[in-house]
Amino acid sequence: MKSLGNIRRSFSPWSDPDARPMIAIRNVTKRFGEFTAVDDLSVDIHAREFFALLGASGCGKSTLLRMLAGFEAPNSGTIVLDGVDLAGIPPHRRPLNMMFQSYALFPHMSVADNVAFGLKQEKMAKGAIAERVGQMLKLVKLDRFAGRKPHQLSGGQRQRVALARALAKQPKVLLLDEPLGALDKKLREETQFELTDLQYDLGLTFVVVTHDQEEAMTMADRIAVMDAGRICQVATPAEVYEAPNSKFVADFIGSINLFDGEVASSQANRTVIAGPDGSVVAEDPIERSPGTSLCFAVRPEKIAVSHEPPAEGTNGIAGEVWDLAYLGDMTIFHVKLASGTVIKASMVNAARSSREVFTYHDRVWLSFSPDAGVVLER
Amino acid sequence: MNGRWSGFNIVSVVVGFTFLYLPIVLLVIYSFNASRLVTVWGGFSTQWYGEMLRNEALLAAASVTFRVALVSATAATVLGTLAAVALTRFMRFRGRLLFSGMVFAPLVMPEVITGLSLLLLFIAIDLDRTIVTVMLAHTTFSMCFVAVVVQSRLVTFDRSLEEAAQDLGCPPLKAFLTVTLPVIAPAVIAGWMLAFTLSLDDLVIASFTSGSGATTLPMRIYSQVRLGVTPEINAVCTVLIALVTTGVVAASILNKRSMVRRERAERMAFDER
Repeated sequence: MKSLGNIRRSFSPWSDPDARPMIAIRNVTKRFGEFTAVDDLSVDIHAREFFALLGASGCGKSTLLRMLAGFEAPNSGTIVLDGVDLAGIPPHRRPLNMMFQSYALFPHMSVADNVAFGLKQEKMAKGAIAERVGQMLKLVKLDRFAGRKPHQLSGGQRQRVALARALAKQPKVLLLDEPLGALDKKLREETQFELTDLQYDLGLTFVVVTHDQEEAMTMADRIAVMDAGRICQVATPAEVYEAPNSKFVADFIGSINLFDGEVASSQANRTVIAGPDGSVVAEDPIERSPGTSLCFAVRPEKIAVSHEPPAEGTNGIAGEVWDLAYLGDMTIFHVKLASGTVIKASMVNAARSSREVFTYHDRVWLSFSPDAGVVLER
Repeated sequence: MNGRWSGFNIVSVVVGFTFLYLPIVLLVIYSFNASRLVTVWGGFSTQWYGEMLRNEALLAAASVTFRVALVSATAATVLGTLAAVALTRFMRFRGRLLFSGMVFAPLVMPEVITGLSLLLLFIAIDLDRTIVTVMLAHTTFSMCFVAVVVQSRLVTFDRSLEEAAQDLGCPPLKAFLTVTLPVIAPAVIAGWMLAFTLSLDDLVIASFTSGSGATTLPMRIYSQVRLGVTPEINAVCTVLIALVTTGVVAASILNKRSMVRRERAERMAFDER
């Protein structure tokens, strides 16, 4: 199989069958009354991994994180951390720390006292505490603010204090609940890279909960896409994006076009799907039985728009330009097909002027190669 | 709403405040009266304050009152805070509505009934009526006021602060004491002050539950007044008014200040984001 995306990963313990996971979550279910927040969920998280739980609000990702921290107890199933079953261990005895969405800084303590709080609970020597606090504040570039109270800091600085406080105890695993949720866009982008650098340099295991797919894509080694208490797919960002395993995942991460149809023929890595707007040839490792309802899911940037029909061997579907948006770096096309389906295509504006110019109601051809997308069940 | 002062507004405010404070102002003025006759002005004098300090029965009653107020306010603050925590934390437990109703019922319960029922209880369990029974009674009726004050603060308290403390290795009780309590301290102190002043001026419940040797100041004043109002009583009452006013004003300022500070901090944080 060709590799997906253009990033080669040297770190991939999840593909090693002999690797022992840092956190093993097995068949965990959590119910609140009638509502099942986490439903028979199993997943392995490896040491030094940056693992993201991604999903819409209410999908159970935060509940899973709170079960790891010990604030909720699963109704059934086990959570094993580094060989130790966490069942019955209260939050204050668990060797992992959490960074809260609200940061939860203690308002009546200075920045230094906030960072020192966890160390004081360990009955660490005063000198050692002061030294560690100094290191931590330097790490998050807040050494000048040690004496300030949380309300005298900006949102970004508070986020750093929360991070320093959670890291001070050198936990095996750091849990982060929407770590960048309260920051504005620009700060969020900067902080994303800082977090990944920090995680790599310290060699820690991060489990982050987020509803922001871009955040998960940027930071995580692997993403678990969650819906209704279950994990839909666990994979690297490139796999989740290029080879989603269901329509839900395809739709949740980025935008996607679905060419619906039935299998006309399927053989030797080639499936032909006949739909209302013509046939589509798709590269597909699975042999399908004719007549099955399927769809070919293609990302907008994999579709080219042109006035001329494409060459043989490339899928070509005719349509009419319905909407156009020039964004500077790229142009987004909404093309309406004969059946009424609207397909999104985006083309990067690599040159300053284009040979081909499009406008509303132009008759155009959409072209995409057989390996531009994935075949999904409907 | 129109913020301008109309004639009607001014009149109603003046009438209202006169109605509320004229009797108290009169009492304060007459406490400085040189004449022994309460209703005849005989010139300015502070002699009745001196008399008051030489009246041993009054001083003994004052000492009882302060001891009762100190003990009952402290006990009521502990119990009221615990009740408030239970009511805000455990949103769904069996009988929560009944429990919260029972905590707050004494707020509207006629004092005569509270006093009488406590008296019956003390008789039933054969507890001699002394200063201790007054303390118990005052704790009972003032703890619900503390609970109301503390609960209103706890509702806006970010629960994740306590979870963060636990996450950092702090056992639950210690987390409450080192993180939650300092944050809600202004409300707890305000509750204590409220309980203290309530105990200070209670007459009805104290009359029902006290026995010999445990006469509180309001009881002493009441019994003396039945024999005729003396300027000395006016002086005592003026001192009491000063104390209660200070307590109530201090409590509300404390509460207000912490609220303003919190709001300002939140606004600042929002601006800097």
